[in-house]
Amino acid sequence: MLEVCNIDTFYGKIQALWGVSLRIDEAEIVALVGANGAGKTTLLNTISGLLCPASGSATFLDKRIDGLTPHYIAELGISHIPEGRRLFPVMSVRENLEMGAYTYHAWKRKEETLEEVYRVFPLLKEREGQLARTLSGGEQQMLAMGRGLMSRPRLCMFDEPSSGLAPRLVLEVFKVIKTLREQGITILLIEQNVKRTLEIADRAYVLENGRIVSEGKSSELLQNNHIKKAYLGL
Amino acid sequence: MKKLLKSSFSKSIFTFAIAVLLMTIIRNPYHVGILIFLGMNLIITMGLSLLMGYAGQISLGQAAFFGLGAYTTGILTTKLGLPIITAFPLSILLTVSIAFLVGIPTLRLRGHYLAMATLGLGEIVHIVFNELLSLTGGPSGFGNIPLIKIFGIELDNDYKYFVFVWAIVAFILFLSLNIINSRMGRALKSIHREENTASTLGVNTSRLKLTIFVISAGFASMAGFLYAHYVTFLSPGTFSLRFSILLVTMVAVGGMENIWGAITGTVVLTLLPEYLRFFKDFDILIYGIILMSIMILRPEGLYGIKIPLKRLRNNS
Ligand SMILES: Nc1ncnc2c1ncn2[C@@H]1O[C@H](COP(=O)(O)OP(=O)(O)O)[C@@H](O)[C@H]1O
Ligand SMILES: [Mg+2]
Repeated sequence: MLEVCNIDTFYGKIQALWGVSLRIDEAEIVALVGANGAGKTTLLNTISGLLCPASGSATFLDKRIDGLTPHYIAELGISHIPEGRRLFPVMSVRENLEMGAYTYHAWKRKEETLEEVYRVFPLLKEREGQLARTLSGGEQQMLAMGRGLMSRPRLCMFDEPSSGLAPRLVLEVFKVIKTLREQGITILLIEQNVKRTLEIADRAYVLENGRIVSEGKSSELLQNNHIKKAYLGL
Repeated sequence: MKKLLKSSFSKSIFTFAIAVLLMTIIRNPYHVGILIFLGMNLIITMGLSLLMGYAGQISLGQAAFFGLGAYTTGILTTKLGLPIITAFPLSILLTVSIAFLVGIPTLRLRGHYLAMATLGLGEIVHIVFNELLSLTGGPSGFGNIPLIKIFGIELDNDYKYFVFVWAIVAFILFLSLNIINSRMGRALKSIHREENTASTLGVNTSRLKLTIFVISAGFASMAGFLYAHYVTFLSPGTFSLRFSILLVTMVAVGGMENIWGAITGTVVLTLLPEYLRFFKDFDILIYGIILMSIMILRPEGLYGIKIPLKRLRNNS
């Protein structure tokens, strides 16, 4: 479904990604793990078009997407749920959700999608008219996820959805991600919580200093000595 | 009543009704004249509010667009003898095209390039007004611009023109409110502080900013058209950078959160100098002090200020 090939991405003169390649198949949960500053967000931003790679290619559903503008990539069916939620603080919950349906094909079905999203996050329906900035951290994350689903995406990319949440809410987030996959949505999940992430992902990539250092089935990575030492604290 | 006020149509009709009511109460040609200029300013600042408050961009070229609208209709009707009904769309079209050409390269970039580009445009337009002697009469300007005739009625006094201008103010308000409440308006609201996020949700941010900039130039041009056929005489001084800055200040002082802020700011800053005349030579000084106090005490703008009277009444 998504094929990233040998991507180099720079911030000015500083190179942040070095020949990164990654593949995601239909209906998979693929995890991208790595320490703070490894380049996970940079890779996501490169896929969604916020950053333009200096070399390499990205293909989504057999279409080259590297170098395209973000709004065009969104139309193709990639949803990016950004780090730090990035809600529209002075819009209501409902308005935030409707913004998620901004793409041409999603706008026509937004009422229907809204019902579906409310079914996944009943709490958002209760808070419908409230301003986004008045929500608690957990509610804000639910809203960010709900907004990301409003475009009826084929591929959802979550950037650290559990960061800053209480353990109970972290479980909730992971549960939602699993349900989404059951509904046929493909998922790229970025997390710093390596253990829990590897437990729900089918496959994973490990990013260190802008390079992919290992990849494979989650179950295999969980047994990998380097990963055990560096990320699992075993 | 509240429900009625909620729809943009009734808000616009309501505004128009208040204005006309005010006119019948005032019955003083000088004051009616001031309210005509207020109407023109409002037409410009409503567009500027969409651009500044919603799209987060500043234009220092609104006076130039105002001037382009005025000069185009003025020249077409006097020098070329075109009927006003033909000159009107041409003057809007010319202004909007120039805004489009300026906006295309600048609005692709992030940051305040639009402010710089429109600053330059304002200067160029000003120079053209001054130097194109055969058409514009240069620094001393030109006159004899015909009056507007509508349904056989010539708008030859301030009262008739007042009704005409405020009907257009109401129409522009109606248009603006509809833009704000549309899918496009929602997107505008979203790009202000979260441009990246908006773009990953599918908003074509540069095209959106360009559209709103062109609309704001169109509004300014509309005001220019009204100005030309009211004053019937044009000279470059009116369309200077000073006026552009004043327009931006009106929006900032009133508040950029929504269009009512721009309206508040425009009313206050248009009428304030009239009241300050009383202070003779000190008027500019006092005007400056009032402006500074507003910006220091209430940086988010005048609109939405809680009137303390209400609190006093509640306390007692
Ligand atoms: N806007 C930026 N400008 C310059 N350098 C940046 C910028 N954003 C991130 N970086 C650098 O790129 C590297 C990768 O950052 P990031 O992708 O945010 O990591 P992660 O998401 O894995 O924590 C870091 O060294 C970071 O300092
Ligand atoms: Mg990150």
